Amino acid sequence: MEHYSMNLTLKIWKQKNAATRGAFETYQVKDISSEMSFLEMFDVLNEQLIHEGKDPIAFDHDCREGICGTCSMYINGRPHGPWQGTTTCQLHMRAFKDGDTIVVEPWRANAFPVIKDLVVDRSAFDRIIQAGGFISVNTGVSVDGNTIPVEKEKADKAFAAAACIGCGACVAACKNSSAMLFVSAKVAHLALLPQGNVERKGRVEGMVSQMDKEGFGACTFTEACEAVCPKEISVTNISRLNAEYAMAGLTTDKQHGS
Amino acid sequence: MLESKISPGPLEKKWTDYKGHCKLVNPANKRKLEIIVVGTGLAGASAAASLGELGYKVKAFCFQDSPRRAHSIAAQGGINAAKNYQNDGDSIYRLFYDTIKGGDYRSREGNVHRLAEVSVNIIDQCVAQGVPFAREYGGLLNNRSFGGTQVKRTFYAAGQTGQQLLIGAYQALERQVALGNVKMYSRHEMLDIVVIDGKARGIITRDLIDGKIERFFGHAVLLCSGGYGNVFYLSTNAMGSNTSAIWKAHKKGAYFANPCYTQIHPTCIPVTGEHQSKLTLMSESLRNDGRIWVPKKQNDTRKPNDIPEDERDYYLERKYPAYGNLVPRDVASRAAKERCDAGYGVGTTKQAVYLDFRYNLINKYGKAEASRLGIENPDEAKLVELGKEVVKEEYGNLFDMYEKITAENPYEVPMRIYPAVHYTMGGLWVDYELMSTIRGLYTLGEANFSDHGANRLGASALMQGLADGYFVLPYTIGNYLADEIATKPIPTTHEAFAVAEKGVIERINTLMNIKGKRTVESFHKRLGKIMWEKCGMARNAQGLQEAIREIQELKKEFWSDLRIPGGTDEMNPELDKAGRVADFIELGELMCIDALHRNESCGGHFREEYQTPDGEALRKDDEYMYVAAWEFKDEHKWELHKEELKYEEVKPTQRSYK
Repeated sequence: MEHYSMNLTLKIWKQKNAATRGAFETYQVKDISSEMSFLEMFDVLNEQLIHEGKDPIAFDHDCREGICGTCSMYINGRPHGPWQGTTTCQLHMRAFKDGDTIVVEPWRANAFPVIKDLVVDRSAFDRIIQAGGFISVNTGVSVDGNTIPVEKEKADKAFAAAACIGCGACVAACKNSSAMLFVSAKVAHLALLPQGNVERKGRVEGMVSQMDKEGFGACTFTEACEAVCPKEISVTNISRLNAEYAMAGLTTDKQHGS
Repeated sequence: MLESKISPGPLEKKWTDYKGHCKLVNPANKRKLEIIVVGTGLAGASAAASLGELGYKVKAFCFQDSPRRAHSIAAQGGINAAKNYQNDGDSIYRLFYDTIKGGDYRSREGNVHRLAEVSVNIIDQCVAQGVPFAREYGGLLNNRSFGGTQVKRTFYAAGQTGQQLLIGAYQALERQVALGNVKMYSRHEMLDIVVIDGKARGIITRDLIDGKIERFFGHAVLLCSGGYGNVFYLSTNAMGSNTSAIWKAHKKGAYFANPCYTQIHPTCIPVTGEHQSKLTLMSESLRNDGRIWVPKKQNDTRKPNDIPEDERDYYLERKYPAYGNLVPRDVASRAAKERCDAGYGVGTTKQAVYLDFRYNLINKYGKAEASRLGIENPDEAKLVELGKEVVKEEYGNLFDMYEKITAENPYEVPMRIYPAVHYTMGGLWVDYELMSTIRGLYTLGEANFSDHGANRLGASALMQGLADGYFVLPYTIGNYLADEIATKPIPTTHEAFAVAEKGVIERINTLMNIKGKRTVESFHKRLGKIMWEKCGMARNAQGLQEAIREIQELKKEFWSDLRIPGGTDEMNPELDKAGRVADFIELGELMCIDALHRNESCGGHFREEYQTPDGEALRKDDEYMYVAAWEFKDEHKWELHKEELKYEEVKPTQRSYK
């Protein structure tokens, strides 16, 4: 593939902190190589801004290899930008051409308040996990791993759901800001495994209830979440969650509200 | 002489004996004891969760926005355990032996044997947590091979093993948060430790959202803050990975051991240009199925698929027939460098070799699938197609990642790879109980130095992180805290907290007030260049001496010409980075001093002056069979302390993988 360089116009959301109103600012960057990653282009811009005595743009990023789930940019109207199954950090500049204008915003959701510029607070996801996204085993299990065989097909499905990186793109893409894909991926991961069976009813009820408390919207199954998920988590997990939730509600021994 | 406090007795009984005799803390007293955990990767999250389960009051800190994002998450290939599920002759002893040998006889026998022992418990624990390891059709756990071994003992979850293990530990941690046993502080960076009467009693942190400086008390402090590979600027580490937590502890009195032992991983995506911000690893597990080669002709510009089989040099298979493509990382990295330096490199920069999957796509997976599906006489295209499906399942995400970065399809053309900084074997010196030279200050995982000697074998980092956090520290810390049950929580108004906090604030103000012209990034890049060129894959005395001078100059320039935008009472990533780079600069100097003092080659430390006639690392056991633990004295001044390494079980020999 031929490499090329490009000049770009960037319209980026700037917001000092949660208490201040934000607005778009326009920046120009020159000689961006098609081999750069999208975040390396941001590095170039920030170096330029610091040299000009301006404030650089705050954005979340860490591993830069698509697995930690930290990066979170809403690029040209799509979480993580134009490439299918790709995080912002793995998006490369060959996705763009000379003269393009690129619009970059933070995740937009009430449950993800903006901290600064493109950085948002996703701690709601941690609290949803606290509400049941685990198997209650203390350290020191002495049962040999191979005494719990798991059908390969189920193990593979559980793994596919567990591949969620918790980035929040699903919420950002959803017109209702629903967190159903995130929650369902965890519910499905654990419900598919025999180890997760004991707590499955309480888990799904606890996690869904916490999701509602955090202010995420309802799921109307537009499947926008799956379309933008960098790990291509399937919406069939949402169906599984709904089934788990219904079953838990019908068969639980616990009295609600007691 | 440093006392490692290795449990006495025969090797295979040391850990059992220790556990049988160490002091215990009763449940009522545990509730009165507070423990600080800095860092929430595999070591930190597993320790925090386990200590919370035991009933201690835990405070855990990470600089990321969630503990689930720690860099352990990026580990790809797998985790070793001596389960012998494959019936191929594995045992705790063999895992122990491979690790000692892989470390080029520069690690402690007692620690490594313990690591091999608890490796089996880790797998059981993780399975119980619901970690979705790869399985065979019969529902049992699958294994694959890694470098430096001749058995299949690596457990994995496609190319995302670190992610799955970390999510397991993270979920255990969040469960303890929900139960109120652990209080979690994310987006907090530790900026100093507080030592009172010779014991670690707390930390000073900065809230990365609003810049608030805070004081926290603990009866003990655990540093689980990972490795310092980012001292090289370009590495496979995450952008935020840093040395600052252990460096602050070092400057408060904790010895730093073997800082020069760095692991350069052989299979990473090559650098493309000056803009490069990090390097991406392609898992060692790919060497199971990929064959490494370069053209037999120098400066061959043909496309890889146009070079016929007999014009390819599978140099690892040629030089190391017994281990072939599965030699340990240090050996594979040096061999790649040697071929490229000799003019056989490929790609535009000529700093790359091929990692080629075609042979196994066809012959291993393609043929097996064809036979399984009963397809007779499949042609090559069919075999490739069938093989692809299996390879996708084994490594799918890695192939996708390669394509996203390079725009080349590794199913069709060989990957281009080159070595890159990946892991640091050095770290804070700890004894058998994982306690540093500051009492009550423990160091776990990559942040300590203890188990990998001069070279870590693949799939052993995850094993060590979880061993330390789940199965070692929860026992050893009791031996210390049993004598602390009468210690009341020390109010953070204590003078030692005030002094430490004042130091932190002054340093931040000093950094902000330099108001020079150069960015943090520019200094970091320059440091990285010095380190990579003079303290990287090959080192020599002259280069190291130059590097020390250059780093000292760089330090002066940093503290007089740095520019940090923004303020201190807001989110300011440039300020965060500046503090980390300032520490990296100091560490870089110490790494060069350590590399210069060690007049031998061992594992990842390769001094050009000390090599065998065929270019392998030449150890000098009579002079350097020790851990070099450095005590910070003053700026540019360290004192060397030695911990002699005693080999009772294994007889150190020249490592051979031929």
